[in-house]
Amino acid sequence: MSEPSPQSIRAEALEALLIEKGFLKAEDVDQVILRYGERVGPLNGAQVIARAWVDDQFREDLLNDASAAIAVYQFEGGQVEKLVVVENTATVHNVVVCTLCSCYPWALLGLPPKWYKDPEYRSRVVKEPRKVISEMGFDVAAGKSVKVWDSSAEIRYLVLPQPPENLQSYNENDLTGLVSRDGMIGVAER
Amino acid sequence: MAGTMKTIGPKVHDLGGQPGYGAVQREPNSEVFPERWQASVFAMAGLGMVTAAWNNTDRFRHAVERIDPVAYLTHGYYGRWLGGIETLLIEAGVIDQQVLDDRSRDLGGMQAGSVAARPKSRADPMAAVSGAASKRTAEKPPKFSLQQPVVAIASNGLGHTRLPGYVWGKKGVITAVHGHWVFPDTNAHGLGECPQALYTVCFNSEDLFPDGEEQTLINLDLFEPYLLGVNNE
Repeated sequence: MSEPSPQSIRAEALEALLIEKGFLKAEDVDQVILRYGERVGPLNGAQVIARAWVDDQFREDLLNDASAAIAVYQFEGGQVEKLVVVENTATVHNVVVCTLCSCYPWALLGLPPKWYKDPEYRSRVVKEPRKVISEMGFDVAAGKSVKVWDSSAEIRYLVLPQPPENLQSYNENDLTGLVSRDGMIGVAER
Repeated sequence: MAGTMKTIGPKVHDLGGQPGYGAVQREPNSEVFPERWQASVFAMAGLGMVTAAWNNTDRFRHAVERIDPVAYLTHGYYGRWLGGIETLLIEAGVIDQQVLDDRSRDLGGMQAGSVAARPKSRADPMAAVSGAASKRTAEKPPKFSLQQPVVAIASNGLGHTRLPGYVWGKKGVITAVHGHWVFPDTNAHGLGECPQALYTVCFNSEDLFPDGEEQTLINLDLFEPYLLGVNNE
């Protein structure tokens, strides 16, 4: 076990004071870990993407008004007052960022990975998205245009990746397993 | 002193297009909260209403933005949140900073540079809120329409805003109209919700960055007061 960081100690001190004042219970922290560790994660978004791949009407609804289209799922997790889904095609690749803080569609993807919140990604992906995505392990095909979505207000963005070529050979459940968090941010193929 | 630094250009949190950053580092540990204190900070971030220290997300975001700028870049995401939460709790009189310092010292952690919070001696007013959601009914029609060219203003660099520095003075085109939403620039400071029309504005990369990539479009969601109309030739 490494030395506790000054931030961890200060958080511990603040937590203790807030518990003593009756504003917080230690169980509240356990609830947070349970909620975002188990119930709210990228599997939610993956279900939506897989369904969009097999159900043309749902895909159309999702692209027209994503908030209405996903209402039936009743995802918890907040941070998505209005969702916009952007579709990757043979000619367009989409990628999402929040340069000012770290806005992210929690209800569909859970809490963001560390790199999404770090200065490297936030500073560079608006200026050199192809290079950043390539460094992260995926090369956007030459000739495609890239659309970057900087979530600067309360609208949240989710990328609809391109389906696999042999789409018919999968069932919806298998397809869900093919969709990654990074694909829905736009830094992976799917 | 870092805590009293005034900036005119984009502030430390306004990272889009800022030079000098290297490769994105993927973390080997994919746990949502690698350490318990991070979940504790997440839980404390939900205490705004119960402590009456903040009552909207804009005020919370602004508190995070005005922590010590070195801490902003070095304390990590939950470290930044901790600085913002501490700032707001002290400004509201819920927590005494000296008491928190003493408790941290008792627990073994009061090294130089460990405190990110930068509370003001006089807190902004706290206006009433009309709910957690930010969408509002339009009071007047939006000024701009689809495909209309616009120019983003340059911010004065003071106070909270959701207008990133990399589009200041740049020309784009309206690609979506989203109705009226609470205006963060006033709401963060307790000056009311002042709902404004919100647009998606699309910029060409070459108009934003002289050395940006080709065939790249950057889309931002910008409030009407950030935008000026452009006369078509």
